[in-house]
Amino acid sequence: MAKKKVVLNFPPHLIDQPITYRLVKDYDLVVNILRARITPREWGRMVVELNGNGSRLDEAMNFLADLGVVVEPLAGEIQWQEERCIHCTACVAPCPTHALDLDRVAMTVAFDRERCIACELCLNVCPYRAIEMAFE
Amino acid sequence: MAKTVAEINDKIRQGKAVVFTAEEIIEVVKAKGVKRAAAEVDVVTTGTFAPMCSSGAYFNTGHANPRIKMGGGKVTLNDVPVYAGFAAVDLLIGATVVADDDPRNKVFPGKFAYGGAHVIEDLVAGRDVRLVASAYGTDCYPRKNLDTLIRLEDLNEAVLFNMRNAYQNYNVAVNLGDRVIYTYMGVLQPKMRNANYCTAGQLSPLLNDPLYRTIGVGTRIFLGGDQGYVVSHGTQHNPGVRRSDRGVPRVPAGTLAVTGDLKQMSHRWLKGASFTGYGVTLTLGLGIPIPILDEEILEFTAVTDAELTAPVVDYSQDYPNCKPEILGEVSIAQLKSGEITVNGKKVVTAGLSSYAFAREVAQVLKRWITEGSFFLTEPVAPIPSADSGYKFKPLKERPWEPAQAAN
Repeated sequence: MAKKKVVLNFPPHLIDQPITYRLVKDYDLVVNILRARITPREWGRMVVELNGNGSRLDEAMNFLADLGVVVEPLAGEIQWQEERCIHCTACVAPCPTHALDLDRVAMTVAFDRERCIACELCLNVCPYRAIEMAFE
Repeated sequence: MAKTVAEINDKIRQGKAVVFTAEEIIEVVKAKGVKRAAAEVDVVTTGTFAPMCSSGAYFNTGHANPRIKMGGGKVTLNDVPVYAGFAAVDLLIGATVVADDDPRNKVFPGKFAYGGAHVIEDLVAGRDVRLVASAYGTDCYPRKNLDTLIRLEDLNEAVLFNMRNAYQNYNVAVNLGDRVIYTYMGVLQPKMRNANYCTAGQLSPLLNDPLYRTIGVGTRIFLGGDQGYVVSHGTQHNPGVRRSDRGVPRVPAGTLAVTGDLKQMSHRWLKGASFTGYGVTLTLGLGIPIPILDEEILEFTAVTDAELTAPVVDYSQDYPNCKPEILGEVSIAQLKSGEITVNGKKVVTAGLSSYAFAREVAQVLKRWITEGSFFLTEPVAPIPSADSGYKFKPLKERPWEPAQAAN
């Protein structure tokens, strides 16, 4: 079994296609939708965790690419600029997955990319622009 | 066993001063007791690193050739308006000012990506800043326009001057309303889903000298990475508030006006900050050494986060409408644990003041003193204390009405 978190970017013409259904039905993947934004005539954006057989997962990725879905890795989406961070901890409470977490002895913030679901709740709470979106 | 500042400075000169941070002293007092610790310890260093809005800087740019009288004209630094109502080339910039064409909150919540505090940070970081000036021209100052890059090292005087820093205690902000609000205390989720606080607690300068026994006019301090000075009590100084048995304010109380040489500061300790939907401010490192002159002063410095409390205030209705109600009091230790209980509800907490950097400020100050490069001062004059009757008053609003026509 393999697992990966990715951002699926759907071109406007694919908005009416049941693509998630195909991932489940044809490729036998467990699709966990972490975030989705779908608006008619605009690019759709879905953050998903895909879980399934490794080769089926690769085939699913090819299927998405052939359709024109742009797949991006999630890990690089939110970037924590440590040198800008003053460890005020303002970002820690809104983070739903503890990707931004606080060592309560050192009182310093650390960022665990693997836990981040790119919900963006941290972006406008950081006064120091220490947390940035990579692709926007 | 009282000591004097002069005696402590002698020990610093000889490299014999015993110095602890306001965090370390807690364990020292626990281990040795007040009496022994007061005899052995000479200085306790404090620190804070937090947003401080009433901060600013003034500069003298030197004269252009031909001369221009910027005083009374219009001046911007990186498009941010600067106050030029002085002589020809003296300029003042406040931390919160933003460019005239900044969208502010027109698209709510505004980003406030760049403002006065960022200009100050850019200068301190050694970066070029664009100075644009227009003036009316005089016989002695004929020039009307100037558009040039400047940098800190080329300026004459460049001085950080903050009319209110180092607030003694501060509110814990929550939102009882039903929409997200954007405040100087950060983004507050509706129905009290989070609480933001802003204090260095047991490391905070004025919480370690609650009655201003050692801190006063002229006190030498750590400011922005260099040595600075206390000018006087700061604006909104309000010493006569409710206090604990140990004399520590339970609500925001004393403040300090401080100054220092911007040219010697470091942008590690001075940063522009953008509060979504609120505005720009300056986040600054400030630390004050407290000479342990007697047992009472030592006991003050040994105060712990568990003993310090802060009031929980609603920023949806009560704060904007100047209502004095508080929703409760919580200890700094609870705030730092990540969760407090307010009216029976568990609320997650986040800070705005960096405890990690505050700790570092106190450590740097300790090192300076131990190394013999920083000497303590006696106040030139005291700042108004709890029993002074000095008060922070609200604005007495008297709406202006046009005078009746006199015919």
